[in-house]
Amino acid sequence: MTVTAERPRTTIFKRPSSAYGIWSWLTTVDHKKIGIMYGYAAFSFFIIGGLEALLLRVQLAQANAEFLTAGAYNALFTMHATTMIFLFIMPASAAFMNYLIPLMIGARDVAFPRLNALSWWIFFFGGIFLYSTFVFGTSVAPVGPDGISGNLAAGGGPGSFNWLAASPDGGWFAYQPNAGPFYSPGTAMDYWALGLQIIGLASLVSAVNFIVTIFNMRAKGMRLLRMPVFVWMSTVVAFLLLFSIPIIAVALFMVTFDRQFGTLFFAPVGGGDPILWQHLFWLFGHPEVYILILPAMGIVSEVLPVFSRKPLFGYSAVVFAGAAIGFLGFGVWAHHMLASGITPVAQAAFGLATMTIAIPTGIKIFNWLGTMWGGRLRMTTPMLFAVGFIAMFTIGGLSGVTHAVVPSDWQQTDTYYIVAHLHYVLFGGSVFGLFAGLYYWFPKLTGKMMNSKLGKTHFWLMFIGFNITFAPMHWLGLQGMVRRTWKYAPETGLEPWNVVVTIGAFIIALSVAVFMYNWFHSRRHGEDSGFDPWDARTLEWAIPNPTPEYNFGVSPVVSKLDHFWHLKYDQDDEGRAVRKDDADQIIAELEHVGLNPPEPIHLPNPSYFPLLMAAGFPLMFYGIIYHTTAWGKALIVIGAMVALTAVIGWAMEPVEEPHDEPSEERAEEVEAGV
Amino acid sequence: MTTFEPAGPNAERLDGLFWMVFWIATVVFVLVIGAIVVMLFVFRDRGKNDAEEPKQTHGNTRLEVAWTVIPALILAAISVPTVSAVFELTGCDSDSMKVEVIGHQWWFEYRYPDLGIDTANVMVIPAGQEICAVMTSDDVLHNFWIPALHGKRYLVPGQVTLLRLESYEPGEFWGQCAEFCGLSHSLMRARVLAMEPSDFEAWVADQQKPAALPVEGMPEYDGYQVFTNKGCIQCHTVRFDDDSASNIIQREDFNGPDLTHFASRSVFAGASLPEEGESYDAALKKWLADPPNVKPGSFMPNLALTEQEIDDLIVWLGSNK
Repeated sequence: MTVTAERPRTTIFKRPSSAYGIWSWLTTVDHKKIGIMYGYAAFSFFIIGGLEALLLRVQLAQANAEFLTAGAYNALFTMHATTMIFLFIMPASAAFMNYLIPLMIGARDVAFPRLNALSWWIFFFGGIFLYSTFVFGTSVAPVGPDGISGNLAAGGGPGSFNWLAASPDGGWFAYQPNAGPFYSPGTAMDYWALGLQIIGLASLVSAVNFIVTIFNMRAKGMRLLRMPVFVWMSTVVAFLLLFSIPIIAVALFMVTFDRQFGTLFFAPVGGGDPILWQHLFWLFGHPEVYILILPAMGIVSEVLPVFSRKPLFGYSAVVFAGAAIGFLGFGVWAHHMLASGITPVAQAAFGLATMTIAIPTGIKIFNWLGTMWGGRLRMTTPMLFAVGFIAMFTIGGLSGVTHAVVPSDWQQTDTYYIVAHLHYVLFGGSVFGLFAGLYYWFPKLTGKMMNSKLGKTHFWLMFIGFNITFAPMHWLGLQGMVRRTWKYAPETGLEPWNVVVTIGAFIIALSVAVFMYNWFHSRRHGEDSGFDPWDARTLEWAIPNPTPEYNFGVSPVVSKLDHFWHLKYDQDDEGRAVRKDDADQIIAELEHVGLNPPEPIHLPNPSYFPLLMAAGFPLMFYGIIYHTTAWGKALIVIGAMVALTAVIGWAMEPVEEPHDEPSEERAEEVEAGV
Repeated sequence: MTTFEPAGPNAERLDGLFWMVFWIATVVFVLVIGAIVVMLFVFRDRGKNDAEEPKQTHGNTRLEVAWTVIPALILAAISVPTVSAVFELTGCDSDSMKVEVIGHQWWFEYRYPDLGIDTANVMVIPAGQEICAVMTSDDVLHNFWIPALHGKRYLVPGQVTLLRLESYEPGEFWGQCAEFCGLSHSLMRARVLAMEPSDFEAWVADQQKPAALPVEGMPEYDGYQVFTNKGCIQCHTVRFDDDSASNIIQREDFNGPDLTHFASRSVFAGASLPEEGESYDAALKKWLADPPNVKPGSFMPNLALTEQEIDDLIVWLGSNK
């Protein structure tokens, strides 16, 4: 945050300066506003993905049901997974990372604020692009390479809601050649491949930004091993993204080339190899699993110590275990393909590699238990979700070990047993972790507390509904219920437990409704949180709530892990925490300085160009889908020109306006003692 | 479809491995959840102001080493039977009887290369002996799964995968394509019928016989006419006892099931019909009237057959035992 008034300034472009209203959001480069936008967008997609799941569950509540058409069912399970993974959990994690990383390391923003805005807008347009398939996409019966075509009855055959079928229907894993040019000849899978391409770009840009931020922008004294575990897990995730997104980008381009230009990388009829796609997809897809779970593990590692009133047990073990999971995560991808006919040597190797991941995962779970042991457990809503996370994630981890026993996985793979496993990890794990974070940092965002009675109601409804939904799926899978099955025969005896599962899904929906009411109600009418409402340990709580625009009135200097806690607490001879006599005074000072920065603070200026550049990508990608038409070609050119214009504007706009209006006003306010 | 009633040595082995790891996992589960429950009672903050603050422990090296090493040892122990089973249960013995399994959207074809038999939907095997399924796919990925006999194995277009199957006793086993393979994936089902070896030999002899070519005046003749005149022969073939029958189609050209012994199979339409409580003829009637309405995406089109034509076809198909 050095003053840069000396730098030459151009007068061609003036940077936007709205502080309020829609323009302030469209042009913001503030990591907090970007985080909030990520959060709301992610949550909206959570609702959409959840509604998709409810429709699937209604179909499955009855054997041989004809509520949805086969096409609609296939489209909905594809979009449910794609949405929850790429449009909910990933951006929700990005929301936390954006909002929290600078606060936790004592910085005023990320390293590249405009790039940060670019990531967000690319993600936003990518999500809209993907979902526009429901309006523009088409999905029809397969046509073999020999030209013989399958047949669809008018209205898509038995069932209703066939209008939903006009969306990607090849599974979120898009196994080739089913999702290739012959067997999915509509445009829907193009929307999928190109939509994910755009969204991946957003993640890649974010990853670079977070890595540079974490390595360069830490406050004085914040050594790497004094960083909060959430920041550590974000670091691991950023590296996972950096190395895995390029793999899926290549694979998605290959699919797009297959579908648009006839390369047939993955179609045997053209000498291609369908198993190659699986290797590429899972070489991305398994690190992706850890991209989804590690941020939640970071959140839980922040919440547990605060509400146990003890430091994290085995801090460095937890950090290194997280890093180890990240490394090992690149070496286990073929355990998704144990039935695909890979050699026994490969099966054994990937099975064993998968077992080794259980070791660092176990370390984390045991250290969390060690954190709680002997503590003074305050069972607030975030703590309930964090403890729920440990319990549910343990179940998901243990069922994961049963897949590592390769022959046992031959029975389990592609059944509801896997559906149960992955939801215990990603819902009982990631989503519970994210909710813990939402309750925990709500005061940081708003300066208010969330209603704790409603919060606990939410937790118990969700915990019970979650287990009613997903626990029976273990049994269903072992009873032979395969995944992605539109219908099942009554003779299989699967119906009763499917009814139970569907009831559970609606209980989860109810719990989410309670959460939403609580969120919006508490934002307006919640109790004031005051300063440091949870008696917390990390830097983000050493500043006022809600977070001031400039984060820190004075850049902090850190001398310990859990610096903020040690400002407030000493230890007695027995090692028990004792509040310092002057703790209240220290807090009052922190609050005063946080609200009244002694010196004017220079913040990065807003910019139009991230939004503009991001807008170019969907235009280009629409153009690729319709490249055989004249207007499709025109769209490619227009999109490229939009992006290029933004690049020029980005480069040419003044680096920073001299710190005139906003910061001087603030300086006057400070002088006036406001 | 349950995995808990293995009917052969392969599935039995998988079942044993599952229960081994299940009980180990259960012990870990009980310990972790038990610890959480105990802590929630013992260490819960009951809101008393004078409650003591906890000791600020940062870790315990011995404990941490223990909970790293013990899981590693348990996993090492699990890995031994895992790896040996992987090698022993993959591939086939060289002298076992081969059955080619070919996946199509959305049905399984079974060919017995040494016996000259080509059938669909129901795989017939002799009990008490190892069968080698030599598998490939005609279009997309499929996954052949008979839970009572073995785990899953993909059918990959352009490649060959192997799966050993064995049933101790005669019996009928349900199966299903387990890999998502397009619109009617859920209706791509399988049956395996294991027979006493003597019954199997009789079945083979029966299947090797050609079908009788209906001649005018026979009750099957009208149905046969529908078959030849309405386009069925573009995809389906029948081996007739009269080689001069004009409708015999070369193997490369057909991609629907061979109908020579259609009526010997208890199920049709990818083993998804007849449904529970439905008569065979009613199901066949429903199927022939509008296949894509039963099986969305079906490569068998709606040929707009009249009711009379369907009834005639059923009579003729019923004679192809």
